[in-house]
Amino acid sequence: MKILVCISHVPDTTSKINFTDGDTKFDTNGVQFVINPNDEFGLTRAMWFKEKQGASVDVANVGGPETEPTLRKALAIGADNAIRVNTEATDGFYVARQLAKVIQDGGYDLVIAGRESIDYNGGMVPGMISALTGANFVNTCIGLEVEGDTATVTREIDGGKETSTAKLPLIVGGQKGLVEESDLRIPNMRGIMMARKKPLTVVEPIEADQETKAVQFQKPTPKGEVTLVDPDNVDQLVALLHNEAKVI
Amino acid sequence: MSILVYTESEGQKFKKAAFEVASYAKEVAAMLGTTVTAVSINGGDSSELGAYGVDKVLEIKNDKLSTFNAKAYADAIKQAAVQEGAKVVVVSSTADSKFLAPLLAVHLNAGYASNVVGLPESASPFKVKRTAFTNKAFNVTEIPTDVKVIGLSNNAFGLKENAASATSEAFDPSLSDDDFGVQVTAVDKATDKVSIADAEIVVSGGRGLKGPENWGMIEELAEVLGAATACSKPVSDMGWRPHSEHVGQTGKPVASNLYIAIGVSGAIQHLAGINASKVKVVINNDPEAPFFKAADYGIVGDAFEVVPKLIEKLKEFKSNNA
Repeated sequence: MKILVCISHVPDTTSKINFTDGDTKFDTNGVQFVINPNDEFGLTRAMWFKEKQGASVDVANVGGPETEPTLRKALAIGADNAIRVNTEATDGFYVARQLAKVIQDGGYDLVIAGRESIDYNGGMVPGMISALTGANFVNTCIGLEVEGDTATVTREIDGGKETSTAKLPLIVGGQKGLVEESDLRIPNMRGIMMARKKPLTVVEPIEADQETKAVQFQKPTPKGEVTLVDPDNVDQLVALLHNEAKVI
Repeated sequence: MSILVYTESEGQKFKKAAFEVASYAKEVAAMLGTTVTAVSINGGDSSELGAYGVDKVLEIKNDKLSTFNAKAYADAIKQAAVQEGAKVVVVSSTADSKFLAPLLAVHLNAGYASNVVGLPESASPFKVKRTAFTNKAFNVTEIPTDVKVIGLSNNAFGLKENAASATSEAFDPSLSDDDFGVQVTAVDKATDKVSIADAEIVVSGGRGLKGPENWGMIEELAEVLGAATACSKPVSDMGWRPHSEHVGQTGKPVASNLYIAIGVSGAIQHLAGINASKVKVVINNDPEAPFFKAADYGIVGDAFEVVPKLIEKLKEFKSNNA
């Protein structure tokens, strides 16, 4: 089985979010970038398929040379090959078109991409690559098994979960649940050394339109101070929620 | 051209999210000087949609669509959009709508903006505001394509009654076998509980509650409020509560009207996931807990004393305001 894991290069969760150029660009100054958490759950599940079922695992990212350390980290975790599409990831649809090309060229049986990135939160790339390639698709995936050419997939639905079966090729939008947080792997020294020698192929983008443009960023208006209520006067909280906040 | 809205239903009843996207579509239609057409798949009583401004309902009744199937649903909605010449298609942010929206966008060659939090800031160029960086920022997105798909954030717009008399007509999309490549074999869903996605109020417990045996009061508080229950990441990691209750960056996002956090310290990942909630209340015995900086109302105190009192006062309040 040939697996591709799509990797988004995103600011670490604890990063300060600031913007530059008249609030039109994310300020990367002093920001540490990581593998998008939803992608990392998928990558870790892919490692399981590699170890237990002999799958090969490639990783791909759409981005400039600055994203290569993130791809190297994925190689250090255990991916076999990395592919970087050398263009700025401007919009989900554009990224999906680039990845669809990588998928068609590589003939992958299973593609795992995070259900959304934690920076733009578009939540569209996995679905779009399925529509562009014609492969089956399951989103918000929390369980994935493959037997022969058939996958059994569990997805999270509002208020529960749903299990389905689908033939490969399959695209899944992954998240926590594919593996647990405790299953995530920190690359060891051997992995890091090996990753340096693994192939990282740079491919040029295909021509594609940009269907959306992030034209401006805004930070939320700073919150006012919390209104503290005395623990012996819980009545007051009920009154505030009713009269002031009007939520009960 | 009209605005097309996908009004989701469950068990032949429209979801609240359906009325919210209808309310939203009505105002977008007013901005663009057009009407609202809804697509309903094995849905409820179409006249209910009229109350929220829908002018016409395309009713799809098809046994093959009795279980949600993203590809087939997206195909059906696409055909409706093409028939109506819709330039804007609005969907909600339920798990199912977020599943099908990207497919729909590709089929319509449309720019898609998800997590939209308000009406378009301008119609030409078409610009909408959406959340980004997991609620730590907003981004104004321009959609230059001819057809646009908008995913409205749950509870971002609210319900606006706007009586129109909805006419309905049958719509019969042509579906191919290819649409049914994913076959649902089992659904496991608690029907007696409010889900986090649908809830207007969410009551959430953290590690400060010391153990799963102490969740009785959280459930009771939720019941009094008609709320969904949720928990922080450590609580689900330790197995005190099911993963499906985990809210936060890697868990479920919450955009409720009221979020009550009990014994939750307020790690940045947790706050990112719940920040879209309108009013936040924290109950924690540590006055230094980061959650107090994010909350609107707070009580510094022992949850085991405060929560039972709160339940009692809310019961009184409910009986006085019934």
